[in-house]
Amino acid sequence: MFGLVPASASAGFLGSMPAALAFSSEPLAHLRPLDIAVVAIYFAMVIWIGFYLKGQSNTSEEFFMAGREMTAWIAGLSFVSANLGSLELMGWAGSAYQYGILAAHWYWIGAIPAMVFLGLVMMPFYYVCKTHSVPGYLDLRYGRGASSVAAISFAIEMILMSGVNMFAMAVVMKVVLGWDIFFSIIVSSVAVALYVGLGGLRSAIFNEVLQFVLIWGGALLVPILGLIQAGGVAGLKKQIMHNMQTMTGGGVSGDSYFHMWRDMGHFSANPMGVHWTGIVFGLGFVISFGYWTTDFLVVQRVLAAHNLRAARLAPIIASFFKMATPFIVILPGLLGLVLLQNADGSRRQLVGEDVVAACSMTGDGAVADASGCKAAMAKTSLTPDAQQKVLAGGSDAELHSYNQALPLMMVRYLGPGLLGLGITALIAGFMSGMAGNVSAFSTVWTYDIYKALINKRGSDSHYVLVGRLSILIGVAVSIGAAYLVMHAHGIMDYVQALFSIFIAPLLAAILLGMFWTRATKLAGFIGLLGGIVFSASLFMWVKLVPAALANVALSPDAKPMAENVFRALWAFIFSAIVIVVTSLLTKARPIAELEGLVYGATKLPKEDPVPWYKSEYTWALLVVVIFAGLNILFW
Amino acid sequence: MHGSKIPIWFFIGVLLLVYGAMICGYGIFELATGTLANVQLASVHAPVWWGGTLLLLGIFYVAKFRPGRAGK
Repeated sequence: MFGLVPASASAGFLGSMPAALAFSSEPLAHLRPLDIAVVAIYFAMVIWIGFYLKGQSNTSEEFFMAGREMTAWIAGLSFVSANLGSLELMGWAGSAYQYGILAAHWYWIGAIPAMVFLGLVMMPFYYVCKTHSVPGYLDLRYGRGASSVAAISFAIEMILMSGVNMFAMAVVMKVVLGWDIFFSIIVSSVAVALYVGLGGLRSAIFNEVLQFVLIWGGALLVPILGLIQAGGVAGLKKQIMHNMQTMTGGGVSGDSYFHMWRDMGHFSANPMGVHWTGIVFGLGFVISFGYWTTDFLVVQRVLAAHNLRAARLAPIIASFFKMATPFIVILPGLLGLVLLQNADGSRRQLVGEDVVAACSMTGDGAVADASGCKAAMAKTSLTPDAQQKVLAGGSDAELHSYNQALPLMMVRYLGPGLLGLGITALIAGFMSGMAGNVSAFSTVWTYDIYKALINKRGSDSHYVLVGRLSILIGVAVSIGAAYLVMHAHGIMDYVQALFSIFIAPLLAAILLGMFWTRATKLAGFIGLLGGIVFSASLFMWVKLVPAALANVALSPDAKPMAENVFRALWAFIFSAIVIVVTSLLTKARPIAELEGLVYGATKLPKEDPVPWYKSEYTWALLVVVIFAGLNILFW
Repeated sequence: MHGSKIPIWFFIGVLLLVYGAMICGYGIFELATGTLANVQLASVHAPVWWGGTLLLLGIFYVAKFRPGRAGK
């Protein structure tokens, strides 16, 4: 899921892929037979699960909603797994290498409050109205106009994201393992199409839980071994402080890498170039709430819960694992800062993808464009010796990007078998994300586009067939998108921006629709559409006039990371104002029509009493306490 | 998971068991022959204890969630 991948990381991953493809260099690792067996067993298992569950996915309720019979644990793990894509893992490990523990904001304030809010406050409305999708909720609340805008934009976003994700993963496999791009794309997409097409959402959820376990099993060993070698947390901190001057170029204070809030008072005081207002309101509220509470990719998992209490508990269970994820993502990035070495024992410094691309080598190990490489390296913190070594060429001279921090750490520590498990974790992350994309696409396409706009009178089995076909077609279009991206690289930035363009207006429409009885049908439609246009305009403004970043993020010191959070904030405010003003100028729906849809007009069902230790409120309180504690600990 | 003959946790147990046996088995081979992989900290024998952990978890899940016992 690119939406929450750091702008710099995604831009690096995506923008410089052509250069990655042009590399003639050796892959980072070679798999042994034991590793290949581990990967092959994984593929066999996920496909077998698809076949096994085919017989339990015959009705539309079973195929699209997994029969609404998932327990809180299964829905919760699936919820968090659908988000834990491999590019997310590698992108954030690379960001931790660049920005230190600040990257954990995207896992803590950028997720936890929204997940708790979804569970305790929003889930009852989604669940009680028995909607099958987020656009489905908009249909009930605002009518067909807003629903269609959301459904069509979501379907396009899912399919393009899936294609870009697929291509990005294939490039990673090429760079890390030397695998052929075509092979990676076809094998992974066929596997996903098979198991989701056969078993529907049930199979996607089933496999996501499996993939979640594999991601942790494959990635957790890296920080454990890294900490052993670094001398524990104290040793890691000491060594990073020692290296800090070179890594930051002296631009920020020495220990900013270990403080999440202390240096957020000014854009130039922290390595990320972000202000706390952007983190709290842009990330912590708009982007985070937009993604975790309205993006159907994740919400679909919770809607499959077997009762309201399970639906409320699922995001809360997921939030515990989300809070722990920095241990397998952020920590390896920080460890990479001090532990990664060149073959001669010198410290290996990672650089941006643009620098790696500028310094790509020819087949004989020489830098293809020496002057371009020299100019690119001059902007980095690479030492003169290191720069000279790169320009001299040779097998050990090749530069590696921030995004390769996690694979490099895996290669450093994981021997036969364990490396296969680590690679399986990356593949599992990719497949869980892609399965999320195609299963959500299939539901929205079938219910909110095909059934709503094309054929309203089909039988249940007809819609299941349409759902299965839409998965196959969706995967085929994704493959097409992957190849399009491969040959027209400029579109990647635009595809990647789709999420951030859509999500803020959607959040405004849903929050006002769910908590304000006065919001009207026309207001929902205009607010959503107008917000998307406004957000896209801001994006294009900065794209065409890079200096406009200072206006969007309100500071000349702002860095690209700040753009996403502030653009989302302005788009949300714009949409909210449009919805409020339009609502006040138009006639409201009678309160009776809003039963089950809006707070204040809905009588929520009474849940059976449970002991305190099974209550969602108890667990939510524990989440909040741990969340606050972590932020104070790393203040 | 209701409605499934085989619980999801059983599948997870099988996979962990197989992976654990393979990785732990390789780690024991390394220990026995002294041929360590060319990776950092090979001397801590991560395949033995990490593979062993996966194996034990796998055995636990397979035993607890094996078909026929699920739901009890």
